[in-house]
Amino acid sequence: MELNYLSVSKAHALLLSRQISAVELTQAALARIDDIDPLLNAFLLTTADLALCQAEEADCAIARGEGGPLTGIPMALKDILSTTGVETTCGSRILSGYVPAYNAFVVDRLHEAGAVLLGKTNMDEFAMGSSTENSAFGPVRNPWNVEKVPGGSSGGSAAAVAAGEALFALGTDTGGSIRQPAALTGTVGLKPTYGRVSRFGVVAFASSLDQVGPITRSVTDAALVLNAIAGRDPRDSTSVDLPVPDYTLHVNEGVRGMKLGVPVEYFAEGMDPNLERVVRSAIDVYRGLGAEIRDISLPHSPFALSTYYIISPAEAMANLARYDGVRYGLSVPGEDIWEMYARTREEGFGREVKRRILLGAYALSAGYYDAYYVKAQKVRTLVRADFEGAFSEVDAVLAPTTPSTAFSLGEKTSDPLQMYLSDMYTVPVNIAGNCALSMPVGFSDDLPVGLQVVGKAFDEATILRVARALEAELGICELHPALEAA
Amino acid sequence: MTMGNARRSSATTIRRDFSAFEPVIGLEVHAQLLTRSKMFCGCDARYADAPPNTHVCAICSGMPGSLPAINRHAVEEAIGAALALHCNVALFTKFDRKNYPYPDIPKGYQISQYDAPLGAGGWLDYRLNGVTERCGMVRVHLEEDTGKSIHTSIDGRSVSLVDYNRSGIALLEIVSEPELQSPEAAREYFSTLRQILMYLGVCDGKMQEGSLRADVNVSLREPGGPFGTKVEIKNLNSFRSVEHALRYEIERQRGVLASGGVLEQETRGWSERTEETVSQRTKEYAHDYRYFPEPDLPPLTFSIEVLDGIRAHLPELPLARAQRLEADYGLGAEVADVITLEQALADVYEDAVKSAPVASPRVVANWVTGDFLRLLNDRALAARQSPIHGSKIGELVSLVEDGTISGASAKRVLEQMIESGESPILIVERENLAQISDKAALEQLADQVLAENADLVRTYRSGKTKVFQALVGKAMAASNQRANPVSLRAIMERKLAQPL
Repeated sequence: MELNYLSVSKAHALLLSRQISAVELTQAALARIDDIDPLLNAFLLTTADLALCQAEEADCAIARGEGGPLTGIPMALKDILSTTGVETTCGSRILSGYVPAYNAFVVDRLHEAGAVLLGKTNMDEFAMGSSTENSAFGPVRNPWNVEKVPGGSSGGSAAAVAAGEALFALGTDTGGSIRQPAALTGTVGLKPTYGRVSRFGVVAFASSLDQVGPITRSVTDAALVLNAIAGRDPRDSTSVDLPVPDYTLHVNEGVRGMKLGVPVEYFAEGMDPNLERVVRSAIDVYRGLGAEIRDISLPHSPFALSTYYIISPAEAMANLARYDGVRYGLSVPGEDIWEMYARTREEGFGREVKRRILLGAYALSAGYYDAYYVKAQKVRTLVRADFEGAFSEVDAVLAPTTPSTAFSLGEKTSDPLQMYLSDMYTVPVNIAGNCALSMPVGFSDDLPVGLQVVGKAFDEATILRVARALEAELGICELHPALEAA
Repeated sequence: MTMGNARRSSATTIRRDFSAFEPVIGLEVHAQLLTRSKMFCGCDARYADAPPNTHVCAICSGMPGSLPAINRHAVEEAIGAALALHCNVALFTKFDRKNYPYPDIPKGYQISQYDAPLGAGGWLDYRLNGVTERCGMVRVHLEEDTGKSIHTSIDGRSVSLVDYNRSGIALLEIVSEPELQSPEAAREYFSTLRQILMYLGVCDGKMQEGSLRADVNVSLREPGGPFGTKVEIKNLNSFRSVEHALRYEIERQRGVLASGGVLEQETRGWSERTEETVSQRTKEYAHDYRYFPEPDLPPLTFSIEVLDGIRAHLPELPLARAQRLEADYGLGAEVADVITLEQALADVYEDAVKSAPVASPRVVANWVTGDFLRLLNDRALAARQSPIHGSKIGELVSLVEDGTISGASAKRVLEQMIESGESPILIVERENLAQISDKAALEQLADQVLAENADLVRTYRSGKTKVFQALVGKAMAASNQRANPVSLRAIMERKLAQPL
């Protein structure tokens, strides 16, 4: 039995029946990290001592009969999540050495649930990127093929879960940063509805789009993690005060009688034909499972990407203004305050981050605001209306997560637009605010292919149920990359 | 003296009378709201004497990942202020980010309100030289205060430090129309606004501590002509500096125009030391604040019922109260203005009137604005800190009016009341101050004083009758100020007129 490849639910059963201990489980994960991470670079930092401490506490809790579904489960957190006393860099030089004095809401929730923190995972700087090559601390490699990228920006979290370094991880998704790497690494990645999970303590990229979610190796595991992190937080005014159901409750009830929509706009020209074949055959499986498949149209989705590249840089421009070298992180002295700002930000930020700050500043400038920002907000309303219309007809929407499978390291770094296009099918969901997940449904040229399941706002339960039905049929999550230590 | 950035104009063909140019003045007032916690976090908002950076948290110091949450109480106070200024309070309002980099803005943007302010329109009435004037309001909006940069030196090295205690304090910005026509009007407008905010209990009005500060805009124009180029003078924190800075600036602008120069749109600062304004920033260096809606805060919506509820709980405002006092109690405008200067003083007055039905409200007003206010001032007390309730003053005035004590005794009683907080009756009884009106007793007192002051009596009888006052004074003193002065005078006059 490979402990480090256990699903969360299976590990929980073994922990409760005392067949394994949380310490053993944690040691197995830490050993895997030691073994394989020098190759993958999924972790920026490991917290082995803390992890073993937490694992011992978890074992005690289990012995007292107080073990919950995540008690003693080793996890990894994207380095965008603030962790008390543990350096949080967001993949940026500008935050190197920054140690938060408080935990993100989701981190507190997971600690309360008894999960064990293995470490912080690598990411594109400030979550800006789709390959994790924009990390200031080196790229992450895809466990299925180390010459390929794992996607991004939560590439470290996705690679860690795919490679059995952690039983689950958290990522953040602003334009696809959970789903796209999940698709490229053959994992399950869930972006909850905007407002379902508190953003408090999540280093902000684009505030109206950011959302935290799980990356797991099974659909049920995603439901278990979402159970722990969803809910209203008074410190995040955009978090919603809606009841949090038990997301595992109906996950196995199948799709018989459900209506599933397939949007024509999500099979655009230029798509990898092998990938399209895998996705279409997955959709066909749903017919066999008793779902009704309907062609639908989301006509404004093709405009979502350009909308996204107005709104997200605008918000990022403001969100990143605080990195000025005055209070924390990198500080490069200068003759006066303006020179200090310029030098700190010149040295502290990478190219892509600078590009987006400039984009945002430009889009919001006097005289351009109406033409860019206001127009983008109008298109946003249309994209959202498309989804609302669709969900009056169907229970969930099925689409490819990405237009291609994992691409090679360095392949798109010189062409930002090509890089941006790898999020073309995930971005519309952020623009609309709905929930969506990506699940592995097969392989194309030995690289994983992801299917995206999009749901109504706050209807995570339905997309988990839809995904679980296919997962049970395909058995994909039993497959692991054949990866050997360097 | 700097004459600004005046440039010579090549087109001064028509000679104009610049001395007739009239000033156009508008005020932008920032008032710190009296809330327990800051605008967007739970930090204690009372930071006045605290060491630097002790009233800070992840939110108001702009740590990565922190998020703002709206202080409901501040919103309610702001709505109350907007309603008191007759603004239209928006049923939908939102916050925006105002982007500009500076170390005392820890997020690199200030959360403010841009195109959907909490209140718009409205007006404020104030009195200038006894005449009621009206100034229109542009807007009232909520924002967060900034931290404070301190430029100093440590071990001979000049350094800049920043204190975030003030960062995130709830701030109300109140922008007037450019309708004020003189430095005096600007001063009265500002002082009335302060008074209103203090009546509402939303601002402590402590200008030296920075709780209330003003930026003024001023330009000159030909009477009835278009607006001239405006200059903004920032951060004035006293009525005096508002008035003086405006006076200086108006003369400076007149001078520039008269010498054929052109005024530049700019921001200037006021130097208390040199009493002049100094250029800080010209328009070409104006910030582009890149406002956009604050994505971390959902818009606020209010129902008419909520607004009506807040409106129903607004106190009577100073000018309305002064006018009511004039109408109800026959007070002059000047006296009414003094009484309503502080809400608590007006309360004292009205309580006193109620408990002194025998006294004329104008007599009560004399006591309140005279001795009572002087005694408070001597002790550096505000009316709201008065140790005695207004009804006690009413009781005291009643004692004078019904002849129980003399006015002179009453002054002594009032002083003791303020010292001890006791009732006037108690003091009068204990100190045996009740006025002597008994005829036989007064006769006896007069006889005694006349006998003891034979020389004065002789002087009087020799025709120098003005010593009469001295004799009465001695008699009053002998009675410990208790003698009824009217009766006593009559008796003494009669006795002196009698032959020996």
